[in-house]
Amino acid sequence: MKTEHTNGIGASIKRLEDKRFLQGQGNYIDDMQLPDMLHAAVLRSPYAHANIIDIEVSAALEQPGIVTILTFADLISVKPIPIRLNPYGSLEPFLQYPLASNRVRYVGDPVALIIAHSRYQAEDILEHILVQYDPLPVNIDTEQKVINPLYNEAKNNVASNFVMQKGDIAAAFEQAEHITKLRFTSGRHSGVPLETRGLIAHYDATQERLKVWGPTKVTHFNRGVLARMLDMGEHQIQMIEPDVGGGFGVRGEFYPEDYLIPYAALILKRPIKWIEDRLENLMACNHSREQVYEMEMALKKDGAILGIKVLLSNDQGGYIRTHGIIVPELSAAIFPGPYHIPNYRCEVRSVLTNKTPAGTYRAPGRYECNTSRERLLDLAASELMIDPVKLRSMNLIQPEDMPYKVGTESLGEDIVYDSGDYPYALQEVVRLSKYEENRINHNPLSNKKTGYGIACFVEKTGLGPFEGARIEIDQTGRVTVSTGAANVGQGLETTLAQIAASVLTVPPDSIRVLHGDTDLIPYGVGSFASRATVMAGSAVYYAAQQIHKKLLMIAAHILKCPIDKLTISDGGIYISENQDNRLTLAQVAQQSSPRNCPPDMEPGLDFTHYFRCNQMTFAHGATIVKVEIDPETCAVIPKHVWIVYDIGKAINPQMVKGQVEGGAVQGLGGALLEEFKYDSNGQLISGSFVDYLLPTATETPIMELKRLDRSPSILNPLQVKGAGECGIAGMGGALANAVADALGDSGKKVDMLPITSEKVWRWLNTNAG
Amino acid sequence: MVQDTKHTSNKTRLVKLTVNGVAYERVVEPRLTLVDFIRGELGITGTHVGCEHGVCGACTVIFDGYPVRSCIMLAVQAHSHSVQTVESMSTGDQLHPIQQAFWENFGLQCGFCTPGFLLTVQDLLSRNPDPTDTEIREELSGNICRCTGYQSIIAAVKQAAIYMRKEE
Ligand code: FES
Ligand code: FES
Repeated sequence: MKTEHTNGIGASIKRLEDKRFLQGQGNYIDDMQLPDMLHAAVLRSPYAHANIIDIEVSAALEQPGIVTILTFADLISVKPIPIRLNPYGSLEPFLQYPLASNRVRYVGDPVALIIAHSRYQAEDILEHILVQYDPLPVNIDTEQKVINPLYNEAKNNVASNFVMQKGDIAAAFEQAEHITKLRFTSGRHSGVPLETRGLIAHYDATQERLKVWGPTKVTHFNRGVLARMLDMGEHQIQMIEPDVGGGFGVRGEFYPEDYLIPYAALILKRPIKWIEDRLENLMACNHSREQVYEMEMALKKDGAILGIKVLLSNDQGGYIRTHGIIVPELSAAIFPGPYHIPNYRCEVRSVLTNKTPAGTYRAPGRYECNTSRERLLDLAASELMIDPVKLRSMNLIQPEDMPYKVGTESLGEDIVYDSGDYPYALQEVVRLSKYEENRINHNPLSNKKTGYGIACFVEKTGLGPFEGARIEIDQTGRVTVSTGAANVGQGLETTLAQIAASVLTVPPDSIRVLHGDTDLIPYGVGSFASRATVMAGSAVYYAAQQIHKKLLMIAAHILKCPIDKLTISDGGIYISENQDNRLTLAQVAQQSSPRNCPPDMEPGLDFTHYFRCNQMTFAHGATIVKVEIDPETCAVIPKHVWIVYDIGKAINPQMVKGQVEGGAVQGLGGALLEEFKYDSNGQLISGSFVDYLLPTATETPIMELKRLDRSPSILNPLQVKGAGECGIAGMGGALANAVADALGDSGKKVDMLPITSEKVWRWLNTNAG
Repeated sequence: MVQDTKHTSNKTRLVKLTVNGVAYERVVEPRLTLVDFIRGELGITGTHVGCEHGVCGACTVIFDGYPVRSCIMLAVQAHSHSVQTVESMSTGDQLHPIQQAFWENFGLQCGFCTPGFLLTVQDLLSRNPDPTDTEIREELSGNICRCTGYQSIIAAVKQAAIYMRKEE
């Protein structure tokens, strides 16, 4: 029975969502207008740490266009925003309320909400609210030599302190023939999607339902959070995802505004729109990444790793947000990466500081841990005078060890690598980049310093526990797929259409894919952790299989022949030897209606399948970067990037390539350009695109990618692994190592990201490093 | 932004201009930015706002034939001028060759930056029908894309240049 369609799984078809985007016809949140709509602006704290003494709104209430102002005192029975992932009870005192009550803990902490007739007016009114603050001493790093507690009830600012370990780390260090030590820091970054956040909320009194446009990523979960916070039933809330201008982990979590805007809409019974501006976005949306690793590695003289000890400090910012402490937990769990580390101990300290709260950003916790580990490996290689490729090769997990239990855990699950040929990926990237020849042939006469850096990585993808898909074929034969996963710009509509198309043998562009609306399907998880293709894709596959079966049953009834004599292809069904009596999907659909369906069959062509899987599937790969350093300016110029990655099967190889390239450039940004900087008063000094630098086309080098499909996932029917984070995972490490290589003897000082010219100059020109 | 007429201040100005060849007339506050005017007042929403401080290029429109950032221009400055937005590029279902090239080369993901890129590329190719890779990168350096990593955009521009030369 032929079930493939040439535009189905594995074909690089053009994306189905692109036509509307190309013509300016996308429907992003700020493109929507509702009649009678009001506009919101958020008053944010100018202090990093202060007690609120008084909020005076009377002058503001006189301003043109004002409708109302809400402060903490106006929020009736307000609750803090709960943790989405691993809600450890001990973190509860540090959760954020939608508005600050009596203390602010970072610059940007929401203090009041203004509703006015226009956005301009709402923003004008901000300065007429008089807040009296009593500033408190601030904490801006995780070392906190003097502790100024952010929470009165807590002795110090450590939100969480735990250890992850395996084997006998003390014994490993006793047997050590060599010990390499490194302290490595990665800067504070964020996803910075090009579209800022935004919401429209409207309470429809006739239906007694609250509608919220703008949520994405995890709409079903957020509906539950909002329902509990507002004391409403989940059925009374509908969340609707519009087109979304990039997610990258930060967008779509439940933020203070996700409560405030619906709350105001409920009180005022009018639609309310809030659009974040960029300056707000950089101080209000989750930060990520800032971590310090103090590492010690015990090795044999030949380079065999005996064990690694890590003390990991995570700069959490002023509150615990929806991610809880999952980011440093993931760091600790994935730190061993693709290597066999027999003994391992990682102590994690997640420390509260007076900065914007932190959450996930593409490859959360892993960009940082991969960078630190790969730098540590290069340092050991240079100390032991072993080639960096060789040191890696001899410690990589071998394909015959799969599935491989790392001995760490995350989200309550053991980390088990399901499949992968790690040595092969490393060999391939070495071959592709001609690493060996090129390193030997460094041109000694060129005044530019050239360096090559390697990093190997494992990426967790396809996080469970489930995702659903509903497929329906209507009376015209049109296929509609609905899912709880979200489209944050990654091309979900195309991917899911291709999967359904493969099974149902219809062209993908004839399939409608609906997503992100909580009314479409009762349960949904969402799009994060490179899970949508794996989880929603598998659900679509199984639902399509069920429809396929039903189509054949009905067709067999119409054609009066046994099912096994039937063929389904090109959107039609016929008796295998004889194409004359070909039935279209529409004909079969009509015969399956309750009116026509045979009495012994269940009518309808409408199936919902929930694909359930608790185990993650692990992608892997290796990255090499070539850089040049200008000796005059100390600028680091990335020249070439090679990435070899294995994600099992690919649904749309060109889309996968785009994911990897896009991630790689974000990784490059984090390694060379991007950083949220704070002064000693806790003022954010990189609050615009002039100061927080995103990579542009001129900073982006040539990239050569190679996708392997040697390690299909054994955990899902499509044999796929998520691709979204493979580009970014190794970039920090490869770039840091390339810079170290270019700096020669001073290279051992490379100990932080981002690597700016100033740091390069310092490493080259000072002994202290 | 929507202007609620009941609440405008008395200091307003008349702005007459053409957008995509259509003449419009509105009374607005002098401080209203051109992008808020096009999007909010006229409801033409293909032009996007990524930073509203002149860095990201998402708000690029063609102003009397030149690309400008409509977030750092005022609507009143556009009085008696002509503006072209992304909506002017295609006719019906027929994509402009630059749009077609972006589509075929996966030159977009979330699509938010895309209108700005398309108009920047249109301007580039009108001046330089056969740009080198380096020229393309230089010319695009004022437009930020957070999704694609630019490789596919550069490929799209090269393809677009071929399509456009064939059309001539
Ligand atoms: S929105 Fe105008 S340049 Fe960014
Ligand atoms: S496609 Fe998302 S910013 Fe360019």
